[in-house]
Amino acid sequence: MRKMLTIISNVLRGSASRNGARVVVSARTYADFTPQATFDIKKCDLHKLEDGPPLQAMLTREEGLQYYRTMQTMRRMELKADQLYKQKIIRGFCHLYDGQEACAVGIEAGINLSDHLITAYRAHGYTLTRGGTVREIMAELTGRRGGIAKGKGGSMHMYTKHFYGGNGIVGAQVPLGAGVALACKYLGKNELCVCLYGDGAANQGQIFETYNMASLWKLPCIFICENNKYGMGTSVERAAASTDYYKRGDFIPGLRVDGMDVLCVREATKFAAEHCRSGKGPILMELQTYRYHGHSMSDPGISYRTREEIQEVRSKSDPISMLKDRMLSNNMASVEELKEIDVEVRKEIEDAAQFATTDPEPPLDDLCNHIFYNDPPLEVRGTNPWTKLKSVS
Amino acid sequence: MASLRCFLRSGKNAVSAVLRREFHRTPPAAVQVTVRDALNQAMDEELERDERVFLLGEEVAQYDGAYKVSRGLWKKYGDKRIIDTPITEMGFAGIAVGAAMAGLRPICEFMTFNFSMQAIDQVINSAAKTYYMSAGLQPVPIVFRGPNGASAGVAAQHSQCFAAWYSHCPGLKVVSPWNAEDAKGLLKAAIRDDNPVVFLENELMYGVPFEISEEAQSKDFVIPIGKAKIERQGKHITLVSHSRMVGLCLDAAAVLAKEGIECEVINMRTIRPLDAEAIETSVMKTNHLITVEGGWPQFGVGAEILARLMEGPAFNYLDAPAVRVTGVDIPMPYAKILEDNSIPQIKDIIFSVKKTLNI
Repeated sequence: MRKMLTIISNVLRGSASRNGARVVVSARTYADFTPQATFDIKKCDLHKLEDGPPLQAMLTREEGLQYYRTMQTMRRMELKADQLYKQKIIRGFCHLYDGQEACAVGIEAGINLSDHLITAYRAHGYTLTRGGTVREIMAELTGRRGGIAKGKGGSMHMYTKHFYGGNGIVGAQVPLGAGVALACKYLGKNELCVCLYGDGAANQGQIFETYNMASLWKLPCIFICENNKYGMGTSVERAAASTDYYKRGDFIPGLRVDGMDVLCVREATKFAAEHCRSGKGPILMELQTYRYHGHSMSDPGISYRTREEIQEVRSKSDPISMLKDRMLSNNMASVEELKEIDVEVRKEIEDAAQFATTDPEPPLDDLCNHIFYNDPPLEVRGTNPWTKLKSVS
Repeated sequence: MASLRCFLRSGKNAVSAVLRREFHRTPPAAVQVTVRDALNQAMDEELERDERVFLLGEEVAQYDGAYKVSRGLWKKYGDKRIIDTPITEMGFAGIAVGAAMAGLRPICEFMTFNFSMQAIDQVINSAAKTYYMSAGLQPVPIVFRGPNGASAGVAAQHSQCFAAWYSHCPGLKVVSPWNAEDAKGLLKAAIRDDNPVVFLENELMYGVPFEISEEAQSKDFVIPIGKAKIERQGKHITLVSHSRMVGLCLDAAAVLAKEGIECEVINMRTIRPLDAEAIETSVMKTNHLITVEGGWPQFGVGAEILARLMEGPAFNYLDAPAVRVTGVDIPMPYAKILEDNSIPQIKDIIFSVKKTLNI
């Protein structure tokens, strides 16, 4: 008996020490995290559609960390822009995107970089998801030569490959986006165009002209209305006879999506992309979202809405918090890991801001360049008849 | 094949040449082509040459074009490349610009440039300024074309000349052909240009035939944008004009020649960029300048030419103030007698020449 007990205790002690070794020697490995989980997402309201996006979304750990990092980068970048604007280092118009991060990140997760995208002036987030770096975005805001448009465009005119800005005229980007979609169809590369506009722009006539042609010609265009409840200082109830923006396409099928949930946006975008790529023509998505800042930096954003409203959205529906909670409660990441990402993001933003404030302004030689493409140099009249400036392509 | 064609065309001459036992001489193979057909040929050739070129606008496809400029193109190229649009200028102009941004080469027709006002934001803010705003990342190779200026009896809302409005804006090229050769060569150049070009045609010129040279019949015949042409050499006074008014200047010059006044007639061909050098060189020879245009005087094409002349080297060569002959500063009336007196006539040009020359 005693011999058997000794044997048993030896075995147990052995395995215990093995377990103990594993716990002590290695830190928590990836094997300790849930590699993926499925989440329930809100059902989308449908217009002229039989089925909608799935009610569940699968999220892998890698995806979750990537969405978190990108959204956090976007958030911190916009807050840094706020700071720089108040220090008068950024001038002119500055329309910030904080609060709406799930839209940009979710959309990009549902399409490919080889697809196309165009939006209006609240464009910093999309410039990032479409391949711009924080450095070149911030340097463009501060008007330096290292900016994504060499300092010549500013906040509203940033471009990358297959990203057509950044457009200052409300609503004008919608026909442009349909034109990009026409090119996609014409060139036969199975690409599509995501064409964004706000709740304010949604009442523009040219958008309805575009719905008509996109539908007639079955253009592979996803129209997306980012409804953040206010067109500048005018609430949706005061601007639109019908605030069901997802139905405003009439003959175009539509869905209303929770724009604060990155997974909901992603699934809806995937659904919409599938619709376009299968040759069914355009589709419309309304993303219900919210901006924490005012319309632009010159709008405090509290004359037409209450601080309580802003606070409520921040505490209950913040897109980054929502993702963070999901990941933590499903053991997909640790608090330390996310904090580490925060630290890295903060550093990236600081470095970018440092660059953006120290990079020199564009040289005066560049003043008249980029008037025409692929043309011999031409002479441009300066402010007086004796000043003749040079312009190269 | 070409020589056979030449032979057949010159059949009579060839026979008589043979009978005279001389060498067979081929007369120059000049052909009569209307401005309309020249534009049609230009588009046809460019559509064939480059797959990315396409035409969109109201009635351009199945109707063969409101003014029949695009006749036969839809039949030849089909729905993909010749697109009928609904009556939504702002929308389809924007779509055309977007297509150009994404790699195609659209020709966007406005039924007349009066309707382009509905879409002018897309022309200026989306097309003209984008290459600059993007610091060279995003070119916009597009042509906006259509009839511009006064027609016959179409009244105020359908008769405005937009040369001055579009030429005001950097980032655009603005072209205004007069004859068939201009129309063909400049439209081909505009389509091949990688930048937004506003191409101002003239409805009254569509049906006018001109002889076009052998060179102009070639599929690679292109007239450079930004260079004016001296249509008639002269030494007493320079007449600068564009579009239909060039013809009036030449007619006035013919009348004046009988009185011994030799006018040098310059066909601008391009309004922006303006070929100021050609005008200055001419003025330095003739010492007198008159500009002739169909549009309104205030802030017009002539106003710009005169300002440049003042600021440039040719000013010192002027023996009299340079003046403008323009449309009357009123909305276009309907009644024929009123309409006729709202735009420059040959007698107005002759009168202004004599006043300038103090005759």
